[in-house]
Amino acid sequence: MGEVVLSLKDFRVSFKTLLGEVQAVRGIDLEVRAGEIFGIVGESGSGKSVTFLGMMGLLPKSALIGGSAEIGGTQLVGASKATMRAVRGKRIAMIFQDPLSALNPTHRIGAQVVEMIQSHTEMSAKQAMTRAIELLDIVGIPQPTVRARQYPHEFSGGMRQRVMIAIAIANEPEVLIADEPTTALDVTVQAQILEVMQRIQAQLGTAIVLITHDLGVVAQVADRVQVMYAGRAAERGIVDDIFSRPSHPYTLGLMRSIPALAGERLTPIAGSPPNMLYPPPGCAFAPRCEYALPICTQSIPDLRPFGELETACVRAEELQLGVVAHG
Amino acid sequence: MADVIQPQLTTDDDSEGLAATSISPGKLAFKRYLNHKGAVVSAVLLAVMVLFVILSPLTARYGVNESVFPAVKDGPRNDFLTPRSIAWFGTDDIGRDIYSRLIHGLRVSLVIGLAAAVFSTVVGVTVGSVAGLKGGLFDDILMRITDVFLAFPFLVALLVTRSLLVGVEWLEPIVGKPSSVRFVIVLFVIFGWMGVARLVRGQILSLKEREFVEAARALGATNFRIVAKHLLPNSIGPILVALTTAVAGAIVGEATLSFFGYGPQPGAGQTSLGLLVSSSKQALLPGFWWLVIFPCGLLVLVTLCINFIGDGLRDATDPKLDIGGH
Amino acid sequence: MLRFVIRRLFWAVPTVLLVTFLVYVAIRLGTDPLASYLRINQRASPKKIQQYIEFNGLYEGAGGYVRGYFKWLGGFLSGDWPRSIKGTREVWPDFKYSMFNTLRLSGIATILGVSIGLSLGVFVALRPGSLRDSSVNTAAFVGLSIPPFVSALLLQMLFAVYWSRWFGESLFPTSGIYPPGHQGFDLVLMLKHLVLPVTVVAIQVIAVYTRYMRATLLEVLNSDYMRTARSKGISERRVLVRHALRNALIPVVTVAAIDIGAILGGLIITENVFSYPGLGKFFLDAYGTGDFPQLMPWMFFFTVLVILFNLLADVSYAWLDPRIRLG
Repeated sequence: MGEVVLSLKDFRVSFKTLLGEVQAVRGIDLEVRAGEIFGIVGESGSGKSVTFLGMMGLLPKSALIGGSAEIGGTQLVGASKATMRAVRGKRIAMIFQDPLSALNPTHRIGAQVVEMIQSHTEMSAKQAMTRAIELLDIVGIPQPTVRARQYPHEFSGGMRQRVMIAIAIANEPEVLIADEPTTALDVTVQAQILEVMQRIQAQLGTAIVLITHDLGVVAQVADRVQVMYAGRAAERGIVDDIFSRPSHPYTLGLMRSIPALAGERLTPIAGSPPNMLYPPPGCAFAPRCEYALPICTQSIPDLRPFGELETACVRAEELQLGVVAHG
Repeated sequence: MADVIQPQLTTDDDSEGLAATSISPGKLAFKRYLNHKGAVVSAVLLAVMVLFVILSPLTARYGVNESVFPAVKDGPRNDFLTPRSIAWFGTDDIGRDIYSRLIHGLRVSLVIGLAAAVFSTVVGVTVGSVAGLKGGLFDDILMRITDVFLAFPFLVALLVTRSLLVGVEWLEPIVGKPSSVRFVIVLFVIFGWMGVARLVRGQILSLKEREFVEAARALGATNFRIVAKHLLPNSIGPILVALTTAVAGAIVGEATLSFFGYGPQPGAGQTSLGLLVSSSKQALLPGFWWLVIFPCGLLVLVTLCINFIGDGLRDATDPKLDIGGH
Repeated sequence: MLRFVIRRLFWAVPTVLLVTFLVYVAIRLGTDPLASYLRINQRASPKKIQQYIEFNGLYEGAGGYVRGYFKWLGGFLSGDWPRSIKGTREVWPDFKYSMFNTLRLSGIATILGVSIGLSLGVFVALRPGSLRDSSVNTAAFVGLSIPPFVSALLLQMLFAVYWSRWFGESLFPTSGIYPPGHQGFDLVLMLKHLVLPVTVVAIQVIAVYTRYMRATLLEVLNSDYMRTARSKGISERRVLVRHALRNALIPVVTVAAIDIGAILGGLIITENVFSYPGLGKFFLDAYGTGDFPQLMPWMFFFTVLVILFNLLADVSYAWLDPRIRLG
């Protein structure tokens, strides 16, 4: 793996609401290395999207952001508007979950790609359009010249997502953040989009942060993965290591509740995610964890090395869940 | 990513071992309403005004047709007196106390406004639900008719409808004489239900494809039940807003009609807010400002309060406004 | 798209006919044209009365009504209009005169009102919840809540009665389009007479458009595609103009066309208070005296106007929104 391109340290996000302060992200550390596909996995409400939306400065004004987020020497937390504008679309690009609502319905597709190009380069309109058509071709859109003049609603879901990818890679960013890119798509189309992303990684060397709740997607394309729960990291490591020998009860629970990975019995995780207005003390998963002991609720555990991975479960050594998974 | 931003409301089981409170939608709406300062002030003001009206035997200093003091020949005049201690808002052309007449008139106007709004809403909700749920030809025709009617200038449509009601003699026992309060209420209902019907229809159309409706149907619920127990309660917000708009509309409408002489004449010296405002026309040139300022001021104040309350209700029932400082 | 327009035009014709027929019935029933005629022309000879009935097609009975309507319609469309009941004045010259007066008044008020209203709406939508937002919003709200005749009355009082008292001379005249007895064309005088009526109508227009633009723009600003636009790193100004404003104008334009009715209503009242000889005053006078030959052309004109504006709204919405244009 290459050197670190994006690094978050003790990154925090909370929201001021009518009912109080919702702590969505409670101290995340992570590093994304050049050329890798880094998966972020978690349920809704785990804070996985909010982390990166907050880092990019795309959250509403009621969001309070703290900690540090650096891309190649540039600090993003508290950065000026000019700095953020220079980073967005040029050094970090983002694609979103629902490409239909994420694309402006009244602008032609070609124009939307051109806009991305022209905001960070000095190309003329003609040159930019040529480049846009090239990009549409790279992501696999047939008849790009014709399609560039069409509107988003004239494309299928998969095609729209390819367009979003084309827009995102237009200025060859160092990091591409994909926020649930396949969630709104059919399974067959999913595979196609993931394939496009792998091509991008290979050809352009872009690091990709793949945010999803779908373990299957992560298993297919990611190099490393971080599992998140209630605004904190549960464990992190190389995909194969995590899935073959998970160290955290939450990860184990996730795997057991998914048909493809569960084997014969599907076992859902008891209970529901915590209320982030009043996060539980200590390890946030403790209330639902079958292995919880009083020590778990004493203090919020950090990620620490554990064999090949990093884990936040204080009982990882005792539990040796990796063995349980295959027991 | 909307789900990431809403606060997560906990379930009933105590599996997390938390003492977190769960809050009902009604209470949440109430909290949101309180956030809207204009609406809160207006609600208070309106409550005070309604109280004044209800307690009119106590609050009104004179009867509606009573002059402040009898005018005897060669004695002091009682007409067109400026505001003073015996008549806080001055007197009109035959010596009646404006302040008291305003209270009495407000009562009549409020009754007209409320009655018209309530009946329009009932009719509108019924027609709108049927149109929204059934669709088809009925819905199409309804939309076309209301389209045209609603696009006409209010006054014109009102007057034309009034002509129609006046001209058809056999309607008189039902709608009352053209100068009665009942007639005016009927007139506004004939007009008002259309706006509500369109609104309810829109709500039903957007709600009826949702899963909870499908679920109810799968359980064998009849259409009526679906509407009554599922669709309408979920539309309560917009319906309430429409109700308040209808009240304000009726009050202003009554004033407008009275202004041109087509309003209700409740008889026996009774008056309405509209009549009081309309009599201010003659008061302009001679400079009897109190005959203009106080009735107009009250009319504007009442309309403003009702509109603000409607705005507050809209904020209170609109879930999109949940995040952070508004 | 063309088919859409043609189809709507096609439906518009029977709609106009139907509505004017209903209006015809309502007016005949309600204002009793014959009785009104007799009231005004008390010494009319039987021959003249018969002429009046014939000319206006005032036949009795249900069949008679239908026949009467078509007789009237024939006369109307062929330019052969019956004379007014008031001393056999021709209707068209008065109508034309009123029409131009109203056009002047509404035209100026609308142009002023729309431009100010839209600008204000944009101005405050950019900073929702701020002081300027609350004050403008409240002001617009108050403007909406004051019925036009109240503001007209108050302005009249201020300028007709008190200004001259305080300052010894009158500033803005409060009635008519010229001082009584004035002949010929005088731009300055005309403008002076227009100031107050235009103000009253403009207040309403501004209030409506400010609130509507604000609401629409706020909704657009919260759309997903705004987030995508921002993530591209383009300037905030461009985000605003090319994405937000462009998409917000679409619903505003359509609502504007339909809202014409409310504005016209305020216009009618305003004209009456200021004794401005426009279409509003024309209608109220005609209605008051039951002047059938004057009322019907007016109603026909207005019906066509309303339906035309509805059509315009639909067409512009379809044209501006590519989802509908090509969908």
